[in-house]
Amino acid sequence: MARYILQRLGYMILTLFLIATFSFFLMKMLPGSPLSSEQKVTEAQREIILEKYGLNDPVPVQYARYMGNLLQGDLGVSFQLKNQPVTDILLSRIPISAQLGLYALLIGTVLGMLLGLIAAIKNNSWVDYSANIVSVIGISIPSFIFAGLMQYYVGVKLGLLPIAFWGTWQQAVMPTIALAIFPMAIGARFMRTEMIEVLGSDFIVTARAKGLNNTGILFKHGLRNALIPLVTVMGPMAVSLMTGTLVIEQIFSIPGIGEQFVSSVMTDDFAIIMGTTLFFAFFFVLIILIVDLLYGIIDPRIRLAGGKD
Amino acid sequence: MDNILEVKDLHVSFDTYGGEVKAVRGVSFDLKKGETLAIVGESGSGKSVTTRAIARLIPSPPGRIKEGEILLDGKDLAKLKEKQMQQIRGKEISTIFQDPMTSLNPTMKIGAQIMEGLIKHQKMSRSKAKERTIELLDLVGLPNAKDRVDQYPHQFSGGQRQRVVIAIALACNPKVLIADEPTTALDVTIQAQILELMKDIQKKTDSSIIFITHDLGVVANVADRVAVMYAGKIVEIGTVDEIFYNPKHPYTWGLLGSMPTLDNDEESLVAIPGSPPDMLNPPKGDAFAPRNEYALEIDNEMEPPMFKVSDTHYAATWLLHENAPKMEPPAAVKRRMKGFAASSDKKGDKR
Repeated sequence: MARYILQRLGYMILTLFLIATFSFFLMKMLPGSPLSSEQKVTEAQREIILEKYGLNDPVPVQYARYMGNLLQGDLGVSFQLKNQPVTDILLSRIPISAQLGLYALLIGTVLGMLLGLIAAIKNNSWVDYSANIVSVIGISIPSFIFAGLMQYYVGVKLGLLPIAFWGTWQQAVMPTIALAIFPMAIGARFMRTEMIEVLGSDFIVTARAKGLNNTGILFKHGLRNALIPLVTVMGPMAVSLMTGTLVIEQIFSIPGIGEQFVSSVMTDDFAIIMGTTLFFAFFFVLIILIVDLLYGIIDPRIRLAGGKD
Repeated sequence: MDNILEVKDLHVSFDTYGGEVKAVRGVSFDLKKGETLAIVGESGSGKSVTTRAIARLIPSPPGRIKEGEILLDGKDLAKLKEKQMQQIRGKEISTIFQDPMTSLNPTMKIGAQIMEGLIKHQKMSRSKAKERTIELLDLVGLPNAKDRVDQYPHQFSGGQRQRVVIAIALACNPKVLIADEPTTALDVTIQAQILELMKDIQKKTDSSIIFITHDLGVVANVADRVAVMYAGKIVEIGTVDEIFYNPKHPYTWGLLGSMPTLDNDEESLVAIPGSPPDMLNPPKGDAFAPRNEYALEIDNEMEPPMFKVSDTHYAATWLLHENAPKMEPPAAVKRRMKGFAASSDKKGDKR
């Protein structure tokens, strides 16, 4: 098992290296520079700045320097934000996005699983149909609509909750709900389909033939076997929720990484874009590793296929 | 001998969009203590549905027991509530299923799957249940039971898994063991081992077994009595000797004629022509009549009652009516019957 994880970590580093390389050259192929939108800078000043940041060097030299710094954990400095180190910016913003995303993920997944379970048990009853409608709505209506509606009715009309910023738990409620609806809907649909299939398996009949009661059958025999597809979709979902959500952070003025990413792209802030991309990539491969390990925990047949322990 | 199980006029139907499928239409039989009753018949004859109904494992809806009694030690299972039935299943009636590859939970250690019943019905502690589980695995002939209780189903071969399934069924010493084609999904060499195991276990535990199969070779090997089912009814029932040496129903003749054996030199097997009736609209009269070359006029009009051949042997065919023309089984089947008799003499009789 330990060997398997080490091997996977090795691949992760290789993946990240390749992503860093690709992103770097892609960024360099883009026209313009962080200074292109600055009107008041003279030609001479521009030269000085480009020289100072080494932007006049040949691209391979810049690449080698960037990768060298990267190995030491230095992601460079932001051009827009007064020479702040990118690492500091990321570290101040990522925890907020991750926290919001985690809340939404947990609440959405738990509610979705419950909804899907109930729908599966009451298959083809009105409960099932209502759960189905709820999940279709949750999947097809974008989260910013819920966000806007909540802000207007709960925030403005009723004045129950603050409509923006981040810090208190009250401020977290509405963005969390807005974000949780999609994972809830997806979770409910996957759970229902999977559970209905699992409950039709032969081993469920075996469990009934043992005289177990329905709750025991559902949770001891059904749930675990229905979890694999759910974990498969929830992994990437976790990444997209926890790495900052462009729209929701914007709507609620939450100083997360998503909001930062948008403004950096607008200003061609090379270092921050690279840093954020690398962070997304790192988080993504990490989640994939966790998902793969979870597969093994859930289903013993996958455990052996992964590598000998 | 006492009857441990009496099934009286059991009707099971499934409500589908197309209408009511009458899968079992008035089945009656009894099962004595320590006896093995084989139920044979082709696919769709209602043999599995009958036994699932006995264990009340028919999913409802769409299935339901329309009428009839299932008396286990005098208690009518057909009338029990699901909660009460959960106390009976696994404890007094156990089922061994057909396909060991799918009837075990893939994400649960086999030990835990065997222990569940013990913990539920016999209120054993976990450590006690584990001890008993190891005993059970020894009983069903699984080597290294101590190490293997903590393994998962995918670490076992098909035959080993079926041994585990049998151990689950035996866990609480059930009075009635239902074996629903327990060897059909296994290769032939393993089939023989599992059959030997079941016979062995029956000797040790003195349980009663209902053995469903469509393999008459298996029947001859394990059963004391045989019930032949067709289109949701028992058409002939008797001891193994009576069914194999003196079959009365043309359908039984057909089954015997289509059974491959090693010790005959027939060029080809005799197939029963046609296919079973649609149970959505079972035919009036004898359901087997359209496929029966011996069918009489009356077969199309009226269902035959059970005619008594001997105290233990009954068959539902008008051929046994006193006014019916005397019919003999086809020559090929008669040769078979002689063959069976000869080979059982050779074996010196285990019965």
